[in-house]
Amino acid sequence: MIKFENVTMAYRKDGHPALDDVSFQIDDGEFVFLVGQSGAGKSTILRLLIKEETAQSGNVLIDEVNIGKLKEKDVPKLRRNIGMVFQDFRLLPEKTVAENVAFALQVLNKSHEEIRQTVPAVLDLVGLLDKANRKPEQLSGGEQQRVAIARALVNRPAILMADEPSGNLDPDTTVEIMRLLDQINKAGTTVIMATHDAGIVDQMRKRVIEITNGAIVRDQIQGGYGYS
Amino acid sequence: MNRFRFVMEEVWQGISRSITLTIALVATFAISLSLLGVSLLVGSQVNEMKDYWFDRVEVSIFLCTAGSDTPSCANGPASEEQKSQIRTDLEAMQPLVAEIFFESQQDAYNRFIERFKSSPISANVTPDQLPESFRIKLSNPEEFTTVVNKFLSRPGIEAVRDQRATLSKLFSVLGGLQALSLGFAAAMLVVTSLLVGNTIRVTAYARRREIGIMRLVGASKMALRLPFLLEAIFGALLGGLIAAGILSFVKGYLVDQVIATSFTFTSFFGWDAVISASLICIGSGTMLAFITAWFGIARHLKV
Repeated sequence: MIKFENVTMAYRKDGHPALDDVSFQIDDGEFVFLVGQSGAGKSTILRLLIKEETAQSGNVLIDEVNIGKLKEKDVPKLRRNIGMVFQDFRLLPEKTVAENVAFALQVLNKSHEEIRQTVPAVLDLVGLLDKANRKPEQLSGGEQQRVAIARALVNRPAILMADEPSGNLDPDTTVEIMRLLDQINKAGTTVIMATHDAGIVDQMRKRVIEITNGAIVRDQIQGGYGYS
Repeated sequence: MNRFRFVMEEVWQGISRSITLTIALVATFAISLSLLGVSLLVGSQVNEMKDYWFDRVEVSIFLCTAGSDTPSCANGPASEEQKSQIRTDLEAMQPLVAEIFFESQQDAYNRFIERFKSSPISANVTPDQLPESFRIKLSNPEEFTTVVNKFLSRPGIEAVRDQRATLSKLFSVLGGLQALSLGFAAAMLVVTSLLVGNTIRVTAYARRREIGIMRLVGASKMALRLPFLLEAIFGALLGGLIAAGILSFVKGYLVDQVIATSFTFTSFFGWDAVISASLICIGSGTMLAFITAWFGIARHLKV
């Protein structure tokens, strides 16, 4: 369970807060859209959850663990439990699809055996098993994003966070990615997706948390984008 | 094993991606560690010469000759009583005085001729111009002043001389050389550590994608740092090995083949000195690499 309690966060001490007294809760296995304009504070919420940033006040909790008070040495453990996907995919260009996914396990010191079994399974899940030996540049945008999702999932995190995952994709490809995220969510993973793509949000009919100028203006089960 | 291979691949990528920087790193390590090694070898040589010479040096008590003009020689050449009194006094000073050897004017002349046989000066010297002397070996050369105080300005004695004083000048020159090369080595090691810091900065920039992903998937601090540490240590080890090779060349060729053949009056440091200097070079280079890399990474990598 993820819980924000009166979280305020400003990037510069004198500046306008990116988040202003924000509180909400996300239960295990939920699918939540964070919507709002660029700079509204969506990414800040995601960054606080992986302790890229620390809030000035309030508490960020995951399963009762206060993320803001986490010691530096425990931060890697936190991140192993959260998969992260970005608009720009962030793949390593000189590695193949399979190597990109395996990289996430190798840096965690996983055994050769485990890597050999897990990587094909997760590539199968995202539908790229037949392209395991291609380089990212040989893939379409949607395929690259699926590699990124595979890498985020390969360590079996409880939470998958996606920051504008469809920002670089055409509408048809976006639908594919959304189906994949939905499928992952149905298998039990909590999915949090920050987006300003109204089409997807309307179509998916999932919970929507809307943020404007760092404050939650709407928190709606099965919402749409902007109107209800 | 798999883990090891993975890390090695990452290190190799770092090295090959900035190959010129790696060469610069290895070269500066090689140069600075060679300087350190040479200064250590100079130190060994000074010790070697001290052992060699202090074993052989003596205190010389020169007796008055007809031509002496110091006040203690006002009564002309040393008399037989004076000589036997000196010998009795010296014998009374055992065990400090370990050996006593009397050098007659003829002995002194023979030695002089032997030493300057190729010089025209030897033709003009006669035995009576050279002083008789007592040559003394001390069990503890440091107590030279005891002997000086007892015999200096006694009638019949022209001078008391410690050969160590002459050698000390030589040793202070060698000591200065050693300090100089140590100074250069220290300056070069500072430059080297700056270069290590710079290499890490460049490598961190070249690997920023990998580092970003590693942080994201929860790689430990050590997993993030290891490739950088290994790269710096690799540079230090390779540089240290090159320095060890240079030191071996200095000993095996320069000292043994060139210098030793023209300077036969002393012995030279052995291979044991080369081995220990090499080990010190490799060890201190690796330590320096580890420490500067560790703190350099802390500046460029946050978890």
